[in-house]
Amino acid sequence: MTSLVSMVGIEKSFAGVPALSKANLEVAPGEIHALIGQNGAGKSTMIKVLTGVYRRDAGTVTFAGAESQVSSPREAQEAGIATIYQELNLVPLRSVTENIVMGYEPKKFGIFVNWREANARARKILARFGIDIDVTEPLGSYSTAIQQLVAIARAVSLDAKLVIMDEPTSSLDTSEVEVLFGVVRELKNQGVSVLYVSHFLDELFRICDRVTTMRDGKNVSTRVVSETTKLELIADMLGRDKDEIAAEGMTELGGAHAERGDVLVEAAAIATGPRLSHFDLKLHRGEIVGLGGLLGSGRTEAARALFGVDGVKSGQIHFGDTGQPSGPGEAIGQKIAFLTEDRKAEGIVPDMSVRENLTMALLPKLSRRGQIDFARERALVERFIKSLGIKTAHMDQPIRELSGGNQQKVLLGRWLATEPNILILDEPTRGVDVGAKREIQAVIRDTVEKGVGVLLISSEFEELVEGADRIVVMHEGRSVSELQNPGITENALVNALAGDDRGAQP
Amino acid sequence: MTGTLKIGGMPLRFHGGIAALIILLVFNALFTPNFLQLQTLFVNISQVATIAIVAMGMTLVIATGGIDLSVGAVMALAGALAPLIFLSDFGVANPALGVALAIAIPVVVAGLCGVFNGWMVAVVGVQPIIATLILFISGRGIAQVLTNGNLQTFSNPAFSTLGTGKILGLPFQGWLALVIAIVLSLVIARSTFGRYLLAIGGNEKAAYLSGGPVKRVKIAAYVICAMLAGLAGLIVVAINSASDAARNGNLMELDAIAAAVVGGALLQGGRAPIFGAVLGAVIIQLVKYTLLANGVEDEVALIAKAAIIILAVWLQQFRRRA
Repeated sequence: MTSLVSMVGIEKSFAGVPALSKANLEVAPGEIHALIGQNGAGKSTMIKVLTGVYRRDAGTVTFAGAESQVSSPREAQEAGIATIYQELNLVPLRSVTENIVMGYEPKKFGIFVNWREANARARKILARFGIDIDVTEPLGSYSTAIQQLVAIARAVSLDAKLVIMDEPTSSLDTSEVEVLFGVVRELKNQGVSVLYVSHFLDELFRICDRVTTMRDGKNVSTRVVSETTKLELIADMLGRDKDEIAAEGMTELGGAHAERGDVLVEAAAIATGPRLSHFDLKLHRGEIVGLGGLLGSGRTEAARALFGVDGVKSGQIHFGDTGQPSGPGEAIGQKIAFLTEDRKAEGIVPDMSVRENLTMALLPKLSRRGQIDFARERALVERFIKSLGIKTAHMDQPIRELSGGNQQKVLLGRWLATEPNILILDEPTRGVDVGAKREIQAVIRDTVEKGVGVLLISSEFEELVEGADRIVVMHEGRSVSELQNPGITENALVNALAGDDRGAQP
Repeated sequence: MTGTLKIGGMPLRFHGGIAALIILLVFNALFTPNFLQLQTLFVNISQVATIAIVAMGMTLVIATGGIDLSVGAVMALAGALAPLIFLSDFGVANPALGVALAIAIPVVVAGLCGVFNGWMVAVVGVQPIIATLILFISGRGIAQVLTNGNLQTFSNPAFSTLGTGKILGLPFQGWLALVIAIVLSLVIARSTFGRYLLAIGGNEKAAYLSGGPVKRVKIAAYVICAMLAGLAGLIVVAINSASDAARNGNLMELDAIAAAVVGGALLQGGRAPIFGAVLGAVIIQLVKYTLLANGVEDEVALIAKAAIIILAVWLQQFRRRA
C-alpha cells in the first residue's frame, strides 16, 4: 500500500536553530495516525511544513502520489489537506449552513445564494456523521464539540483526503469526545486519513492505528498502536528506558513519606449554587486529597468555594479558627493557594515578565509602603527559576514566549512563593509535555513532604491513583464517596466516577 | 535593575512618535513664520501642558482596559467652581486661603467625579464608555447651572499663576506637567499600585485570583484621571482669566485619548507609557499649531487629528503582528 503522505528527510531551521532535522512521517490512506512528542519536539513545525505555513529547508513531501509544492494553507486545502485547529476559524454568529458552504455557496441566477439547496447540502453532510441539528441556527448556539464537528464536516465537504486535528479533545467533555471519536472513525470508513496530535495518550489507544513519536526535531519511532503500551510511548518521548520508568511509577506523585498532621480545612455540606450543592472535605497537613469526577461534576466549583471566589450559601467551612475567606486576597492571607485550571484565561498575564507573573500573589509582602522591593523580588524569582527548573532566557522575558510547561511552572512558583498551608491544584499538568509533567509532579510531592496539604483535581487517573492519599469522588455537584490509598486502582476509580460504588471502599 | 525603570516598556515603541515629532519640527522650522522664537515655545508649552496632564490620567485608565469620556466635562466643572470660591465673600475677605481653597476644592470635587466613574465601572460593572458618558453629558451641564451659563471673568494674579506664571523663564504649567509625569512613571514602575494596574489591564481574572485589589485599583485610576482633569480645567481658567463652562475642556477627551494612543497605550489595556502620553500630547499640539499658524481652519485641524489617530492605531496593529 502506498502512503498518502510521505515526508522524508525534512529539515527546517529558525534563525539557525534547527527545529526539524531529518524528520520523516508516513501516513497511509484511510489511517488514523497519531503524532506525539513533548513540547518543542517538532510536531507543529512538521504539520506547518505539510500545510504550507512554513517552507522546508530540505527534504521531500509527497502527497497522494505526487510531490507536494503547497506554499500556503489555502493551497493545502485545495490539494485536500484540511486542518482543524484548537481555535476554530469559523464564524459563530452565522448559521451552521453558512459556515459549511462559505465560499462555495450554491447560486440562483448566478448571484443569489440558494438557501434551500445550501441547507439541504449542509444537512446531508452532517448526516454522514450522524449529526442531526437545525442548520439554520447560529453556529455559536451549539457546544464546542458540535462546532468542531462542523469544522470537520466543512473540511470533508471540500473533499479532504487528510484531516489534521491538533488537540481536538482538549476542550470537550466525555460525551462530546465520544461523538468526536465516532466522526473520526466515520472519516476512516470513508477512506479519509486523519493525522491526530494529542497529549492524551489514553485517547490514542482508543482510536488510532499507528503512532509516530518525535523527539528533538526527528521521528524516533513509529509503532502500531495495538502492539504497543503507554509506557513504551512515554519512554520514546522522553528518550528513557521503559523498565526504568516502570520501576519509578508513571508519575512522580507516589512514594509519600509525610506524616499526616493537623486538620487544615474542614468543610461540611457546603453549597455555592447549582454546580456545587453538597460538598464534604477534610484535609490534613502532609497529605494529598484528590478530587475525582467527570467534567462538570463540581470539582472546580469546590476549589473556588475554598478559595473564597464563590460565597458559601449553606453548610460549614473552617480553616482552623477562621471561616471562608471573603475573596482571593483574604484567602492568600489565610495561607491558601489556588492554581487555576485555565492557564491562559485565569493564570498568566501574557505581556508581563516571568518575574512579574511569579510574584503576583506575593506582592503585598514584597513591598513596603506601596513600594516594591526589587532586590528581594529578583532574589526570590532567581531562586524559584532555579528550584523549579524554569527554562527562560532571563527573568524579564515576557511569559507568553515560554512553553506551556514552563508557564505552568511559573504559576506554580507564584503559589509556592506565598508559602501556603493549603495548595489547591486544578489540573496542574494539563497541556504540559511529559517531561515538565514529571517535574511538576515531583515539586508537588516535595511540597507535601514539607507539611503542606494538597487538594489535587486531575482528569488523569494515574495522577490521582498514584498520588492521592484519599480521593473524594464527585458527581453532579455532590461529593458521593471517598476512596482510600493504598488500594485504589484505576478500575475502582472509574467505577466510582461512573456512580457505581462496587469498586469503592467504605 | 535594568528593565524595571524602562518607562512604559520598550523604547522602540517611541520611534514612530519621535519620527513624527522631528518631521513636524523640521516642517515648521522651514515653513512656519516665526517658529524658531522663544515666544512660540512658550505658547506651545502652555497649551500642551493641559493636554499632557489629562492624557497622563487617561493613560492610567486606558491601562486598566477602560476609557474616560468625562475628562472634558470635569475640566469645565472644576473650572467653574474656582472663580465661585475666590470671588465669594469669604474668598475676598481671605485672599490667600481663598485661592488655596479655589484650587483644592475643585480638584477634590473632580476626584469625587472619578469615584463615581470608578464605582460605576468596578463595582456596578457598567461598560467604561457608558459609565463615563453619564458625567460627559451631565458634568458640563452642572458647571453651566452653577454659573448660570455666564462667562465669569476675574482678575486674580495669585490664581492666574497656575496658567501664566514662569519658573526659570518657562511656563509654570509646563513644569507642573513634567513633575506629574515623573511622579506617575515612578509610581507605574515601582509601586504595587502600578504593578496591579498593568496586571489588571493584561488579565483581570488572573490579577483578581492572585489576590489583586482589582476594584480599588480601578477606582483609583479613575480618581487620578479625574483629579488631573480638574487640575487642567483650573489651568485653562487661569490662562484666560475667565471661566467659560461651555468651552472649557471641550473635546478634550478626544485629544487626551489620541495623545495616549499616539504615545503607545493599548486600548485593551496592560500598558501605561506616561512619557509616551506626553509625547503624544506634544505631537497633537504641534499639529494644531502648525495648521493654525499656516492659516488652516480649525475644522480642518480636526480631520488632521483623526488622521493621526488612525496612523497611531495602524502602527500599533503593525507592531503587534511583527
